[in-house]
Amino acid sequence: MRAFLAAALLCLDGAAFAQNVPVVGDAIPASLTGMPGDPARGRAIVLDRQRGLCLLCHSGPFPEERFQGDLAPSLAGAGTRWSEGQLRLRMVDGRRLNPDTIMPSYFSTEGLRRVGRAWQGRTVLTAEEIEDVVAFLVTLRD
Amino acid sequence: MNHPWTGPRLARVALLLAVAVFGPAAGPRSGFETMSPELRAMQQDDLANPGMLHVAEGEAQFQQQGCTACHSAEAMQGVAARYPAFDAARDGPIDLAGRIAQCREERQGRAPLPREGKEMLALSVFVAHQSRGLPLTPNPDPRMEFVRRQGEALFRERRGQLNLSCGQCHDDNAGRRLAGSLIPEGHANGYPLYRLEWQGLGSLQRRLRNCMVGVRSEPFAPGAAEYIALEAFLAERARGLVVETPAVRP
Repeated sequence: MRAFLAAALLCLDGAAFAQNVPVVGDAIPASLTGMPGDPARGRAIVLDRQRGLCLLCHSGPFPEERFQGDLAPSLAGAGTRWSEGQLRLRMVDGRRLNPDTIMPSYFSTEGLRRVGRAWQGRTVLTAEEIEDVVAFLVTLRD
Repeated sequence: MNHPWTGPRLARVALLLAVAVFGPAAGPRSGFETMSPELRAMQQDDLANPGMLHVAEGEAQFQQQGCTACHSAEAMQGVAARYPAFDAARDGPIDLAGRIAQCREERQGRAPLPREGKEMLALSVFVAHQSRGLPLTPNPDPRMEFVRRQGEALFRERRGQLNLSCGQCHDDNAGRRLAGSLIPEGHANGYPLYRLEWQGLGSLQRRLRNCMVGVRSEPFAPGAAEYIALEAFLAERARGLVVETPAVRP
């Protein structure tokens, strides 16, 4: 039953889903997939400049990575500053906390204008990928 | 309708005040100033600046295409510094490439040159080069004011899957680094320019399309009115910077 629910949720696109994501305070406490993410896969997504895009704006504890951005706070210590649920909401749709944020909403297609044809109706990451990234970010303890 | 103490006029007064109080650093800063010394040297040395080959090509085209029947190169001085202009016939703004195309089609009765093609770029860079060193003095035609405001709205509008506006990077975060690249203020005072990333000469519209694709938005069609409105706003935003055409950029 639980697997079925998770599968049903995954079928919804980010826009429809994001509206139904249970936000509690400044967090989404529950996993988007009903399952925990994989931190190793999450790390790969964070470092991937075409998928996660994170290092375009953020730096982080990745000494092997050249050319990290400085438009946003370092990801180092993200897991001590924020809870898993807080990280999840910031990934899913940071506009809920700050409408002017420059951070893209990784799991929402709401209110976007002139989205390129190749990206229309698609969220930046899938629910599973969000969970992987969240699982990785909580491990960044210092 | 247009209250004198709102909008661009106020911004201009504020800018003048800022310059008076904080010195010239508060004014617009050309991307030239934040480039590496090597690239600056490349731009400044006409023998090293790859854009100068296109200027030479444009000079030849200017004669071959029959432009010299009406125009001298000297008469082109200052033209690029005040474009885009308002074109009464089309009742709308027109950019330099648009004017060259119009001249060719209406006065010479010849087929249009492709906007981003070698000949058009060469002609544009040759004409714009005649204004090198002159300050940008946006067209004072009052009908351009509406166009500039349209351009500013486009500049501030968030777009694409990544939901970013031009201003969020080039106003709010200029000087910071997007991955390894320093974000410039994004002034259009050197187009057409030679970009190392392109390994070639390109137009402002091409550069704007690059950013639009970068934020995963659908670029406007080449030659679209939106680009000309953006260009008109950018010219106002860069008022006072000198024309660098052909600029060199990373």
